Amino acid sequence: MKGFWHDAADFFPILMNGVALTIVVTIGSLLLSTVLGLIWAMMRVSGIKVLSMLSASLINVIRGIPIIVLLFYLYFVMPDLGVTLSALQAAILGLGIAYSAYQAENFRAGIEAIDKGQIEAAQSIGMGWWLTMRRVVLPQAVRIVLPPYGNVMIMMLKDSSQASTITVAELALQGKLIASSTFKNTSVFTLVALMYLTMSIPLILLVRHFEKRAGKR
Amino acid sequence: MIELKDVHKSFGRVEVLKGITASVQKGEVVCIIGPSGSGKSTILRCINGLESYDRGEIGIEGLKVDRDAPSIVNIRTQVSMVFQRFNLFPHRTALENVIEGPLFVKKEPRAQAFERGRALLARVGLAEKADVHPPQLSGGQQQRVAIARALAMQPKAILFDEPTSALDPELVGEVLNVMQRLASEGMTMVIVTHEIAFAREVADRLIFMRDGVVVEEGPARQVIDNPQEAATRAFLSHFHRTGALPPATTAS
Ligand SMILES: Nc1ncnc2c1ncn2[C@@H]1O[C@H](COP(=O)(O)OP(=O)(O)OP(=O)(O)O)[C@@H](O)[C@H]1O
Ligand SMILES: [Mg+2]
Repeated sequence: MKGFWHDAADFFPILMNGVALTIVVTIGSLLLSTVLGLIWAMMRVSGIKVLSMLSASLINVIRGIPIIVLLFYLYFVMPDLGVTLSALQAAILGLGIAYSAYQAENFRAGIEAIDKGQIEAAQSIGMGWWLTMRRVVLPQAVRIVLPPYGNVMIMMLKDSSQASTITVAELALQGKLIASSTFKNTSVFTLVALMYLTMSIPLILLVRHFEKRAGKR
Repeated sequence: MIELKDVHKSFGRVEVLKGITASVQKGEVVCIIGPSGSGKSTILRCINGLESYDRGEIGIEGLKVDRDAPSIVNIRTQVSMVFQRFNLFPHRTALENVIEGPLFVKKEPRAQAFERGRALLARVGLAEKADVHPPQLSGGQQQRVAIARALAMQPKAILFDEPTSALDPELVGEVLNVMQRLASEGMTMVIVTHEIAFAREVADRLIFMRDGVVVEEGPARQVIDNPQEAATRAFLSHFHRTGALPPATTAS
């Protein structure tokens, strides 16, 4: 045990570099997946057939490809097509796209849960599609969408470790590098696990808070 | 000002409106009565374009109602609707519900919209509920907010679809009272209702519908007191036709 604390003090600064990158990847891909997910969801509920079918097939394609393959594709194949991305860019883009499919389904479920009477009331005072969305549907859908959104945040935090497969030196990869040079597997990976857990706990509490609030109405 | 000419409407293979011809003059109060499923709601929904129709024509002051044309937004700002289930926006206060249309659809200046909104809430007896959210209001209060929301658009006519059917009996009076006042102030109103006594008292004209056709229409008292068609007589026999309106508990 004493050995662990000693090792921990040694490795902590390097691992914190990894934590910083983990947070960058998580937040970056969270934002991207949110924006893309919203766009797919809006296309889905637009009532315009071409858009909703396009969005449905996009979502299925994205869902059908493993994240790791998407990452390889962006990082190793795109350069052949003339688009060179840094590892970090590819990671954020890949995770963002992969998760946009889940976000879209979550958003759509939230939007469709809104009572049709709300939409009719909005229309009856002359609101168009976009105004109805912005002023009536989305503000109410947020409450429904937030708890699953929080869960997606937790999953993204953990899945950001997949960026290690394309050389992004986030927490998991930093851990692996230290472990393979010092052979202190137990200390290193215990520390890495604890650090992920420390980042997850606030998110887990946040989800609990969202769930309580959503349950109130 | 509202003209329906031979309007047909089907849901799938079921024809719900089988050629409706009717008109509503400016300042007139028209009540539509009839058994469940006769197409009363569908007519109202066609008039302000919540529903499309298949054949015939609906015109509002000469403007054709076409749900898929851009002009529909314009029509909806001129013809407001009050729903059976209120359909207030639960995430906004009573006042915000009322000024939502003026602010965001009509782009009214904020100060003016707020002032008008408060005045309208006062007019339906809810001045002190301005900052309350709908779930904290009784059904009767919610429906009065919904009427204020409809009035806020300064419409040329208001359509009411069974505005008191979802209310506890003791709350019906306060809503009918507000409607009666609107009628006496000259608002053009089309009201689908089962409140026969109210229709007799307040409506200028009554339309009795069954199975998607107008069976009988005429001056409200005449149709209710002395129906000409057997179907109208049969339907009306289920109701007390006269008597006072439900007592209007002072609005609050
Ligand atoms: N969206 C819809 N899809 C399919 N059928 C519908 C739809 N809306 C209404 N109908 C049918 O159309 C018929 C007329 O409905 P409508 O709501 O206009 O009747 P109503 O006279 O308002 O009846 P109620 O007194 O019960 O409100 C009914 O048979 C109903 O089942
Ligand atoms: Mg109806």
